[in-house]
Order: sequence, then C-alpha cells, then structure tokens
Amino acid sequence: MEVLLISIGGAVGAVLRYMVGQLIDNTSFPWATLVVNALGSFILGSVIFGVSDSDILLLVSVGFCGAFTTFSSFSFQTVSLWEQGEQRAAFLNALGNLTVSLLAFGAAWLLIA
Amino acid sequence: MLRRQLIRHGEAIVLITLGGIVGANLRYAVGAAAGDALLVTLLVNTLGSFGLGLLLFDARADEILTKRLRYVFGTGFFASFTTYSTFVADIALTAPELAVPYIIASYASGFGGVLVSRKIVAKTSKTAIQPPTPGDD
Repeated sequence: MEVLLISIGGAVGAVLRYMVGQLIDNTSFPWATLVVNALGSFILGSVIFGVSDSDILLLVSVGFCGAFTTFSSFSFQTVSLWEQGEQRAAFLNALGNLTVSLLAFGAAWLLIA
Repeated sequence: MLRRQLIRHGEAIVLITLGGIVGANLRYAVGAAAGDALLVTLLVNTLGSFGLGLLLFDARADEILTKRLRYVFGTGFFASFTTYSTFVADIALTAPELAVPYIIASYASGFGGVLVSRKIVAKTSKTAIQPPTPGDD
C-alpha cells in the first residue's frame, strides 16, 4: 500500500514537472525549476498543516511533492549558470529558489494553520 | 491542449513515470532505513545531484547515454529521488540554529556533487565537455 501510494504520487509529480518544463521558456534562466519548487513547497505546506491522514501524506508529500520538486536539477542548473559566466544569475537562482519556496511554504501555513 | 501534449510527449512520459516511481520509493526507503530526517534529505540530494551531473555532463561530452535513458534516469529517477520541498519544510520546521548550517551544508554538498561529477566525466570522456545549450537541462 505504501509503495502504491508513493508510486502514484511520484509518477504524477515527475510527469507534471516535465510538463511544466515543456511549457515554460528556460533558455535564459531555469524558471521551470523555480516554479515547481515553489509550487511543490506550497502544496507540501498545505498537507503538512492541513492533513492528518497518513495515506494522503504518503501520496502527496513523499510521492507527489517529493518527485515534483527537485534538488538535483536545481544544483546542476546553478552550476551551469556559473560555468557560463552568469555568476549573478547563479546566485539569484540559489537564493531565489530558497526564498520563494520558503515564502510559499509560509503562505500555506498562514492560509491553513 | 493537454491531449495534444500527451500524444506528443507520450514516450517521454512513460519513461519519466518509470524513473519517477523508482526515485520516489527509493527516497522513502532511504528515509525509513536511516534515522535523522535532515541528514536523509541532505544525503539523497547530494547523491542525486552527483548522479544527475554524471548524466548531463555525459550528454555534453561522449553522450554514452541516449536521450531516452536521460528521461528514465535524469528527469525520472534522479530528479524525483532528490527533493526541494522536503528541504524547505525541514528548514521551516527545524530549530533556527540548525536551519542556517543545514542550508549551507545542503547547497555546498549539492553543488559539490555536481562539480565532482563534472571532474569524473571530464577525466573519463574522449571528448571535452561542451558548453551548455541554455535551457537544455
């Protein structure tokens, strides 16, 4: 049951992340990763503060949010920007993902808790 | 709109689904096996950043792995194995004196993992690593 819930959430999260990447223009800046990380942090905050059912938590937090948001693409893109001589963009990406995602998580807390 | 997307991206979606399922479950298994939640997140994010780096630097050098395999292992597995939302929840819900060192350690080890993977690919590839095509990863 655990595996099934995490699998469904993980599959949907990964595919939706890919789709967001297809829909957003990432040529000048990795906007898509910022969007999924912020949106996923908001959804995770919403279920942490608003849901007590352990099955829904596995499905949405471990499965969906865990797979929808990503640290590896974020790391790679930050390093890529740096190697291209875009130090400012790399710095903004590192700080921006953190700030916007924390604000999104905080917004969920304000709305739900 | 969504239907056209589904038809066009069908193969990528199937491959990413497979990788995503394995990545999410393995992340959970690491968490269940290890104790400290912060350390688990840091560990999966570091390993995943290193793994994705190997894959994406290879794409810019010898390209041993095909685009299809990059969907399975990159967009699917490694991107789902690592997570940003849990990292953010950890920061928000942990003790303030832990949050800053945790952020620094996570970023240092994530970026470090990518840089180590770059060194390995550069050393083992016949072709030099080409500059990135913007928006390609």
